[in-house]
Amino acid sequence: MKDAIRTKELTRVFGGKKRRLRPRDAPEKRVIALDRVDTQVAEGELFGLLGPNGAGKTTLIKILATLLLPTSGSATVAGYDVAKDPYPIRQRINMVSGGETSGYGLLTTRENIWMFSQFYGIPSKVAKAEIDRLLKEFELWERRDAKVRTLSTGERQKMNMVRGFVTDPDIIFLDEPTLGLDVSAARAIRQFIRGWIQENHAKTVLLTTHYMMEADELCDRIAIIDNGRILACDTPERLKGMVKREVTVKLETDRLKDPKAFDVIEGVQNYVVKEEAQTNRTSLTFILEDDAPIGDIMSEVLNQGSKVQSMEKIDPTLEEVFISLVGKGLD
Amino acid sequence: MAGTLILVFIYYVAAAAGGAAPPEMLAYIFVGSAFYMFVFQAFFGMFEVIQGDREWFQTIRYIYISPISYYAYIIGRGFTQMVVAGIGVLVVLAIGRGLLGIPIGFNLALLPFFLAVLVLGLFITIAIGVAIGGITFLTARHGGGMSEGIAGVFYVFTGVIFPLSVLPVWGQVFGQWIPLTYWFEALRRVLLERSPPQADAFLMAIPESTLLLILALSLIVVSLLSLAVFRYVEHLARKKGKIDMTTAY
Ligand SMILES: Nc1ncnc2c1ncn2[C@@H]1O[C@H](COP(=O)(O)OP(=O)(O)OP(=O)(O)O)[C@@H](O)[C@H]1O
Ligand SMILES: [Mg+2]
Repeated sequence: MKDAIRTKELTRVFGGKKRRLRPRDAPEKRVIALDRVDTQVAEGELFGLLGPNGAGKTTLIKILATLLLPTSGSATVAGYDVAKDPYPIRQRINMVSGGETSGYGLLTTRENIWMFSQFYGIPSKVAKAEIDRLLKEFELWERRDAKVRTLSTGERQKMNMVRGFVTDPDIIFLDEPTLGLDVSAARAIRQFIRGWIQENHAKTVLLTTHYMMEADELCDRIAIIDNGRILACDTPERLKGMVKREVTVKLETDRLKDPKAFDVIEGVQNYVVKEEAQTNRTSLTFILEDDAPIGDIMSEVLNQGSKVQSMEKIDPTLEEVFISLVGKGLD
Repeated sequence: MAGTLILVFIYYVAAAAGGAAPPEMLAYIFVGSAFYMFVFQAFFGMFEVIQGDREWFQTIRYIYISPISYYAYIIGRGFTQMVVAGIGVLVVLAIGRGLLGIPIGFNLALLPFFLAVLVLGLFITIAIGVAIGGITFLTARHGGGMSEGIAGVFYVFTGVIFPLSVLPVWGQVFGQWIPLTYWFEALRRVLLERSPPQADAFLMAIPESTLLLILALSLIVVSLLSLAVFRYVEHLARKKGKIDMTTAY
């Protein structure tokens, strides 16, 4: 199978060069957004990037979409180098970013999408028919002649999806496409993406998300990314298999004085703490090597003068994979 | 447009205070400032297009990653700006001639010359405007000031409202290196019934055919420069991650 996307040692650094222009004692603001990333996405794949804020997801997408140049390393999209050969790439890709409100407010929904379709040289008639079809599919048909500035956030988001798909790209980049959408709108978008890739076997989707469920339910393969590095990359099933050996325990206690104290307990691989302000409780998710540390955990809770309210062992989900790799949850 | 009318008003007042205002001089100013609207619209309008697409509509990244060359796109937007400005220019000239009775004419014998000059000048203006717009990629916040500043320099040194001969020698030489100086001169050949006595002798001495040649050569040079500047700035912006940068928060 051909590679739709391939990166080699892809690195992107922001800032930190112009020493002369910086006040003398200002700290050097050098951010390594991507750190020698190697990935490969096959044609026909629905590939997910899962990572916390600032992980480098958007940076990777921007480089692949030819908006941003790599600092070092290389990336190819559809076989073309993003730095040297952006034009053939642009004919084959499109991109949609969630949570932004792009569009010309004075144009109507349809006019907006139509205008962008014309940048791709799609015959006007063909474009119009396709726009109408997609507007119906995204349940935006009623709003087709509404001025874009009157659209709600969710409607604008759907309009942007139509804008992205109307050009029939071979590879589409979706940066948090369901961000800020209500449950049913998000579901509709997920269904559309699934359907699109099932109908067109040669199409490739690269999607970033914060939502575990979304990645799990949608993606053929997922890369977990943090601090600019890919920590793991596999099918959701196999990723979950990685933590199968381990034991995942969810614990709810009365508020703990020192929720960091579990670090020292032997056999605790990783854990996350969530303070529930409303109920004045603390909930903890532990990834343990085996059952053995459970006793020590219980006594530590009691030592802190707190009480265990509930405890359950759970089957690993992507969330646990994530915690075990990244050392923190995703919200 | 309002600017042009205010200018004329000031001139009337100054003339009334200081003695006779030769109507030829008034026509000189009128033609210059009317056509200067093209220049301002191209310089500042191009900046506004890029800035608007980037900060306000946030569409720039989608235009940028589309197969259409951004350079071509921005030139297209430049032509739209020229059409808008063109309507303004026509209105101003009509008011000047019809309402204020300023001696603006049209030498019909020079019609082909006029059309060639107009097209060449507009292309030159757009090419410069595109380069200025390109620099906007890098200077989000100060870009407006920059394009206004450059427009201002052109206002003073290309003989828009006063002949170059008014300037000190260095200013005259500087002006002679700006192609639009010859554009304004060429336009006046067609639109002024008489040249004012103060008009610049150096420019007056240039025959029409030479003016055309200067403009055509200028267009080639300016286009190449504009493309080079734009490409370079675009590369820099893509390197620095500034193509779709927003500063509006
Ligand atoms: N133009 C820029 N200039 C400086 N730093 C930047 C720039 N763009 C991104 N960064 C930094 O690079 C890192 C990665 O950012 P990126 O936007 O790729 O993260 P992300 O994974 O998309 O996060 P989120 O989930 O919040 O969208 C962050 O630390 C960010 O601050
Ligand atoms: Mg992001």
